[in-house]
Amino acid sequence: MPIVERKQVIPGDVIARGDHRYGPFVEKVGDDYIALRIGLAEVGADGVKLNPLTGPYLPRADDEVIGKVVDMNGFGWVVDINSCFDGFLPASFVFGREFSPATHDLSSKFRVGDIIGARIESFERSRDPQLSIRGQGYGKMDSGELVKISPTKVPRLIGRRGAMINMISERTGCDVRVGQNGVVVVNGQPEATTKAVTAVQMVEKEAHAADLAAKVEQYLGSGGDGN
Amino acid sequence: METEKKLMDEDGNRLDGRKWNQLRPIRLEVGVVKNADGSAHIEWGKNKITAAVYGPKEVHPKHQVLPDRALLRSRYHMAPFSVDERKNPAPSRREIEISKVIREALEPAVVVEDYPRTAIEVWVEVLQSDGGSRVAGITAASLALADAGINMRDLVVGCSCGLLGEHVVADLDDTEDKEGNGDMPVAIMPTKGLVTLLQVDGIYTRENFQKAFELAIEKGKEVYAMQREALTKRFFSSDLTSGPIEEEAA
Repeated sequence: MPIVERKQVIPGDVIARGDHRYGPFVEKVGDDYIALRIGLAEVGADGVKLNPLTGPYLPRADDEVIGKVVDMNGFGWVVDINSCFDGFLPASFVFGREFSPATHDLSSKFRVGDIIGARIESFERSRDPQLSIRGQGYGKMDSGELVKISPTKVPRLIGRRGAMINMISERTGCDVRVGQNGVVVVNGQPEATTKAVTAVQMVEKEAHAADLAAKVEQYLGSGGDGN
Repeated sequence: METEKKLMDEDGNRLDGRKWNQLRPIRLEVGVVKNADGSAHIEWGKNKITAAVYGPKEVHPKHQVLPDRALLRSRYHMAPFSVDERKNPAPSRREIEISKVIREALEPAVVVEDYPRTAIEVWVEVLQSDGGSRVAGITAASLALADAGINMRDLVVGCSCGLLGEHVVADLDDTEDKEGNGDMPVAIMPTKGLVTLLQVDGIYTRENFQKAFELAIEKGKEVYAMQREALTKRFFSSDLTSGPIEEEAA
């Protein structure tokens, strides 16, 4: 892969000048591209990019998230997705188009307190994000260890094309599910689960390290597949 | 002039030995309150101030929701033990005003449009008070906002200047603030070159006003360098390489 110059920036810093494409957390003022967050900025073929080092989770359409049902009304469930906006899962997405509050019992599907995996169906400024559980692997999660990490560290936990997360789940034999919102659910044998959870927390703590993959591998390697 | 004699000797040394344009010692630390989304602590002279940021989060009470942007709330509060004589912990008239000016000094820097229907809370707690606590509070609060990962166009940094007799001096301490002839807190967005707070008391000649204002901005930029340093220490201290970091393409 090409080596991209990474620049440490804080809010207000000029990342680049001229004419580029630019992503989130970057603002264009005149000819300058201004950083809006503390992070690592890079200017490459795909424009000006800023990977923030800190910040809350902001929903984006098509993100996979893991959340907790916190409320239920006649039309759907309100889900805490570890963000400043609550997700809403409409009952019609679960029961189908023929859903009617009179004939369907919402609590037969999810109850308050349930942990669910879902996808952000849509999100715009004026309304709370809408969730959907259509697709494989979504829906209620009834077992596992729940870990929360900073949402800005999620790309590191997943790794290039899922390298990191695959390594953790293969070495420990656990099923590891990662939500873009920083919620992780680990399923497996008790000792293996503990190991995987520690590895996940290690990624969060040392996300900045360049040799992170090696470190995690070394940790998992010590009897990792001994179950 | 009597006060001038008292506050500044013939060699231009002030009571604590500083020159007219010298700042008090400043120490900044980011990420001190674990339960907060972002926080910072500042020790500026005898000031000890902790700022914490919570949010963006849901707005309560609901009728205060702004449909197109975040509601920025701020509270400046002095601890009862922050001054010589116990201070009543209830918000005083002065604290309410400072809360307002801190909010208005920070708001231009925060990209409030990115967080519609939410609230961002800034708490500035003065643990030990000295002169210039509002500018120290603003300086710490902007670091706390950056630490919380809220989109900001720039940091905000404050510095005050004032008059001892006819002399313009930088960064008044508590005695100079009370005995001196004028006080001018200024907050700026240093890379943008914008002023977000300008308050003045005392009577200034045009020349002195200009001089004090420019001095405050110059000194503010010195404090900005310390802010940068504090953020760098918190986020970039471990050896980051410019090499490839393997992560999923966003």
